[in-house]
Amino acid sequence: MSDKIRTVEGITKESTQAMIDDALSAYPEKGKKKRTPHLAPNDASSGCASVKSNKKTVPGVMSARGCAYAGAKGVVWGPIRDMVHVSHGPVGCGWYSWGTRRNLMSGIPGVSSFPMQFTSDFQEKDIVYGGDKKLKVLLEEAHNLFPLAKGISVLSECPVGLIGDDINSVAKQSSKDLEIPIIPCNCEGFRGVSQSLGHHISNDTIRDYIIETREFAEPSGPYDIALIGDYNIGGDVWSAKSLLEEIGLNVKSVWTGDGELEKIAATHTVKLNLIHCYRSMNYMCKVMEEKYGIPWLEFNFFGPTKIRESLRAIGERFDDVIKEKVELAIAKYEPIMQAIIDEYKPRLDGKKVMLLVGGLRPRHTIGAYEDLGMDCVGSGYEFAHNDDYDRTAPEMPDGTVVYDDPSEYEFEKFANALKPDLIGSGIKEKYVFQKMGIPFRQMHSWDYSGPYHGYNGFEIFARDVDMAVNSPTWKLVKAPF
Amino acid sequence: MSNLLGLEVKKVTETPPEEVERVRNWINSEEYKEKNFARQALVVNPAHACQPLGAQLCAHSFEGTLPFVHGSQGCASYYRSTLNRHFREPAPAVSDAMSEDGAVFGGQNNLHEGLENAVALYKPKMIAVFTSCMPEVIGDDLTAFIKNAKQKSIVPKDLQIPYANTPSFNGTHIHGYDSMLVSILQTLTEGKQVEGRCTGKVNIIPGCDFNTGDYREYKRILKEFGVPYTILADVGDTFDSPCDGTYNIYAGGTKLEDAADSINGKATITLGPYATPKTFNWIKDNYSGKHVSMSMPMGIEKTDAFIMKVAELFGKEVPASLKNERGRAVDAVTDSHQYMHGKKFAVYGDPDYLTGYVSFLLEMGARPHHILCSRGSKKLEKELQTLLDGSMYGKGCKIYMNKDLWHLRSLVMTDRVDAIIGDTHGKFAARDAGIPLFRFGFPVFDRVNKHRYPIIGYQGVVNMVTEICNKFIDIKDETCEDRYFEMMR
Repeated sequence: MSDKIRTVEGITKESTQAMIDDALSAYPEKGKKKRTPHLAPNDASSGCASVKSNKKTVPGVMSARGCAYAGAKGVVWGPIRDMVHVSHGPVGCGWYSWGTRRNLMSGIPGVSSFPMQFTSDFQEKDIVYGGDKKLKVLLEEAHNLFPLAKGISVLSECPVGLIGDDINSVAKQSSKDLEIPIIPCNCEGFRGVSQSLGHHISNDTIRDYIIETREFAEPSGPYDIALIGDYNIGGDVWSAKSLLEEIGLNVKSVWTGDGELEKIAATHTVKLNLIHCYRSMNYMCKVMEEKYGIPWLEFNFFGPTKIRESLRAIGERFDDVIKEKVELAIAKYEPIMQAIIDEYKPRLDGKKVMLLVGGLRPRHTIGAYEDLGMDCVGSGYEFAHNDDYDRTAPEMPDGTVVYDDPSEYEFEKFANALKPDLIGSGIKEKYVFQKMGIPFRQMHSWDYSGPYHGYNGFEIFARDVDMAVNSPTWKLVKAPF
Repeated sequence: MSNLLGLEVKKVTETPPEEVERVRNWINSEEYKEKNFARQALVVNPAHACQPLGAQLCAHSFEGTLPFVHGSQGCASYYRSTLNRHFREPAPAVSDAMSEDGAVFGGQNNLHEGLENAVALYKPKMIAVFTSCMPEVIGDDLTAFIKNAKQKSIVPKDLQIPYANTPSFNGTHIHGYDSMLVSILQTLTEGKQVEGRCTGKVNIIPGCDFNTGDYREYKRILKEFGVPYTILADVGDTFDSPCDGTYNIYAGGTKLEDAADSINGKATITLGPYATPKTFNWIKDNYSGKHVSMSMPMGIEKTDAFIMKVAELFGKEVPASLKNERGRAVDAVTDSHQYMHGKKFAVYGDPDYLTGYVSFLLEMGARPHHILCSRGSKKLEKELQTLLDGSMYGKGCKIYMNKDLWHLRSLVMTDRVDAIIGDTHGKFAARDAGIPLFRFGFPVFDRVNKHRYPIIGYQGVVNMVTEICNKFIDIKDETCEDRYFEMMR
């Protein structure tokens, strides 16, 4: 957490409020009333959320949000590499989410890892007669054709819940018959208001079906930890894990990027849970704390300032052996980081960035931009909750705009008013702003680059931000005639 | 122990490397292929998406039209991001964000509120509504909902709101395209038929085609002919819009006026017979002029057929420019036939693309050895078989209907080919087989600008032949021994 309240020249609470009022003026009365509490200037000193969040999306406004299924398949379950993840229902959901999140995985595809699309491809008759029988056959076929899969997740799509199928009893019976864990996950897309409920439901299924069903073969040690809420986008896990190992920690399992089912199942024996994405996995951290007494610690591996703070905070949870290694690592990497900053900061100093991402990065990456001399002039989330916005307030400059689940209309209005030098958001927003000549990086997928986590990641992040902001191609946008 | 499955607690185990090796070899075997083809319920790596995606593509193809998903907002995000990734363009669409209460009370309130907001914020000339799973399962009555919206003055009375039921548990994206297109045309042409009037234009229906270059190519060909046209429907400019510092939410699309008047056309040709049967049947019954359904013009022969049909319908000679163009394409083909002759291909894709690929390969003297469609009909199978039977290069080629890309993997691992023609989703099979993948279909998420290069018409032939032959030559250059590495190829 930053201790100093920062401001950005030309931005005040009043100017931001005027900009918000202008954007809201286009709405019909009801829509305006619903959207108003979700847009506000940041109150950095309060340390509190300035907007309401986790409410239903307003119909018809062009939200960037996904659904509960997306949170379960794309975020929590999908990245576990040694399982077959079945998209149970019609063909589309699984097809759209097939390979589109960039949660990289080790292993041999189709043999020991499964970056594929498995679906029951529901037809009309499955809707009419139910899909439970089909599911039973399908599970058997999956087990026979992919014998090294350590388990199967069954991720329900909308129709499954609407027609009243009982995937839980099918999973239970098939699990017994096939002697592998089969996890039913009732994550139908109509549940909740966003991806977020899908994260929660998936966490609950890990609690109910997985955790404590395995034990590590080797004896436990004092430095055993789990890396939670890192999904290995572009290799983030590999970067974060090597840094944690360098400071002497023993990363016993990763949730869930490049994750392995059995190691996740044995996580209840670690000494500390380190959580990167709080939004998607705080639930299981709290369960493990209550049930097994495992403490958890949020950390931030974006940019050298936050990495340093985080490494020291992690070190505080251990003895001098670790603390010493933390300092050694910081001493080793900081000159390298300084060289990167020296290279890129002169070209990025004072540039303005706007962010709209999922549930973590709109606050977690701000420090990394600031390391490069940039100011965050607006930030918001697709599916964050109040506790995320609480954590965001001190990270953002005072008076800058905070937007929760903004419509594309609002986002475009704000960008037109603030004229940022870079926008970091998703694929649906990318080309809108690039047409406007505003440099853009996808901040869900690292725009097919990465990793961005850890010291190794910062070098790539800095290069990418510079490449986006300073590409000579932007000078070509306006024709000379 | 707390688990609900009642699993016994065991130690964490690693799969022994020799077991991994065994399975790795096993999945490439004939035995595995048999097991794989015996699947009844599980679908692995399907080569088709669901209906609403096609409906959205169609909605984007009309001027000032806002695609509107009646259903969960997650659905809209999936369709949008898929189109974003393929075209690298914005794909503005809204949803009415139905959730649990919608399941109980129906989606009318969501639809009405959504329409009101969408009109206020995005000022569309037309809103094209289509459905995802939830309203289809609970049985929402769109006809009544939209009528009510107008009666209650939630939307302007004169705003066109065509709508289509596009259940995801039936058909594929091409069927959603068809349903949306026929609905839009029915809406726009209502009361527009004028006795004795003829626009003098040809209506061209390209079908559910995700290649913007194709749309430009149709227009260019017709301009060469001097034949006035209306493209039904034209997504070419929507998803190939200029980057000039401004964002235009409605960057292209067929003019609503032209679409309305298309009912008085001189002739209508569908070039997507498998993607637009419903639309075409309705047009046959309702549109003035002549009606023709023919294959997507891929390859020389199918392009010839299209060109001759236009000449015949409009009583025109094929212009010299198109004759020359044909000559140049044939020149490209004869100059490079040696790099494709006898090569074996596995091809998969939507039906209209498939008939094109097969016809093109056969005329090049190449073999479409495995032909796979993940949702194909008996009619398609028959048409493909007729193509194969008509050429000596079709001998021994096999058609696989309603199979997926995991089946395709078994095919290319047990009965090897030189290349695959398909889309990005074929890349795992191609990599495992160690052969190139030509991305002429949809979606293409991992290469740039592909959708700007037409695959139809004579220009399409040049594009495909160039890409395929040069790739084979690249492979030779990259893999041959030093002593065979030479200047000329």
